[in-house]
Amino acid sequence: MSLLRLTDVSRAFGKLLALQHVELEMEEGKLYAVIGPNGAGKTTLFNLISGFFPATSGEIWFDGMRINRIDAARRVALGLVRTFQITEIFPELTVFENVRIGVEAEARCSARPWPSRGLLRQIGDRVDELLDTTGLTAQAGRTVSELAHGDQRVVEVTMALSRRPKLLLLDEPTAGMGQEETAHMVTLIRDLHARQRQSILFIEHDMDLVFGIADRITVLNYGKVLAAGTPQEVAADPLVQAAYLGEAA
Amino acid sequence: MSRRVYVNGAVWLLLLTAAWWLPLIGGYMALASRVLVYALAAMGLNLLLGFTGCMSFGEAAYFGLGGYGTGLFLTHLTHSTVLAVVAGTIVGGIAAFIFGPLVMRRRGIYFAMITVAIGQIFYFIAERWNSFTGGEDGLSGFSRQPLHFGFATVPLNAVAFYYFVLFFFAIGAGVIALLLHSPLGHTFVAIRENRRRAQFLGIHVERYVWASFAIAGLIAGLAGALNALQNNFISPINLYWVESGNLVIMAVLGGMRSFWGPLVGAIIFVGIQDYVSSYFPNNWETFIGGLFIIAVMFFPNGILGIIRQRAKAA
Repeated sequence: MSLLRLTDVSRAFGKLLALQHVELEMEEGKLYAVIGPNGAGKTTLFNLISGFFPATSGEIWFDGMRINRIDAARRVALGLVRTFQITEIFPELTVFENVRIGVEAEARCSARPWPSRGLLRQIGDRVDELLDTTGLTAQAGRTVSELAHGDQRVVEVTMALSRRPKLLLLDEPTAGMGQEETAHMVTLIRDLHARQRQSILFIEHDMDLVFGIADRITVLNYGKVLAAGTPQEVAADPLVQAAYLGEAA
Repeated sequence: MSRRVYVNGAVWLLLLTAAWWLPLIGGYMALASRVLVYALAAMGLNLLLGFTGCMSFGEAAYFGLGGYGTGLFLTHLTHSTVLAVVAGTIVGGIAAFIFGPLVMRRRGIYFAMITVAIGQIFYFIAERWNSFTGGEDGLSGFSRQPLHFGFATVPLNAVAFYYFVLFFFAIGAGVIALLLHSPLGHTFVAIRENRRRAQFLGIHVERYVWASFAIAGLIAGLAGALNALQNNFISPINLYWVESGNLVIMAVLGGMRSFWGPLVGAIIFVGIQDYVSSYFPNNWETFIGGLFIIAVMFFPNGILGIIRQRAKAA
């Protein structure tokens, strides 16, 4: 059974067809990429999957459940967690406090006014564990808005991981990063995939990165799926070469 | 010990010993009680405004309802002052709980306008329903009753009433402090910081806004109940949107992001109201307005915000 399946999904904004008849299927434990030029509909696709807004038509299935009518917060509880192209964090809170919000939501205690000490200790331990996983332990006490852009993006990924996602959606995880920061993020994504068999679907503009780590790639162009397959198949596809990759292929 | 412990200790020490030092600086106990009443209402509002990030301009509705609940309870049902306070608190809390779903999906100016509209509905009901609320003239004919402890009876004179108010202030402030240090409080702050991120971490934002709104209403109801007892009177003006604006001014002046900010704001507001109005009975609000403009322009995080910034920089 596939983890994520989109069947004939379209999305229109007035007369603009942002996505048309998109088909996408993803298996558990895989690392999939979505690429395409600006305006191809990549982020719109993520917004439909994560419940940011609904599809105009078509069906979205996640872990055996049709999720078209399920709101964004409930999709997170089902295991669909995303990051954003422009980093979405809690800027005036510390790194620890940012991640703690997600851990508390995962522990289903966000609404608890008087938690037990045991619960608070468990939450603190889990936050520490996550910070250790993503290499943020030394930054735990720092206010997130004071961090470098690359570290802020890692904080966002850590927050997403706090919800123990079945599928992690990363929208351009290396956007705006320097070489060193990009290398750190790539290592993090690789480790999550290799060690924890984390299923990841990501959008990325860096072709070397995409072709270096993705199991499969879906290419979007003008809201339509132009090609889908392994990196080798996509690189060899003449339509992709003509429409998008050009010299990079 | 941390700085926070020292600050909290100093605040509670000052409040507990007010009966001794306040007369020495020209103050009086009724003024101190009024400061606590408004500080409590503003702290409740600040849970919504400063910690959840929702701009309410209708908190006076629950403040006034708390007052009417207490007044009507004492007039028609009981002579227990404590029970009347509890009744007023519940009336304010239930009203906020009922109207919460109307506001919880709105943001920014729309949130503010709906809260004003709800408040004005209660204002007009109180103003027009002469037979029940006393109409425009307000509700009188009730008075705070002595406290009976079995072994002793304590009349609520100015000093005793101050400690009576301080007792409920401590409960209200304690509840808010516990909330802010709990996962629920963390969630409120997360919503203030970034609603979208909170939503995409699986938090049903609207439900928490509702919770914050209801708790703020409950605290405002408690403050309103104490206000009615302080004056032995309650009038529609306590429900009016200007009263809501006053609470917002107190929170902003003192510091919306600070736990004690609304207390500082209430001290300044009520102090100016009391002292300046004796010299300029018709123009004292001009001083408040001027101070508010200065605060918004030069220290938007309020007085405690500036102090905290300086302490951080030092």
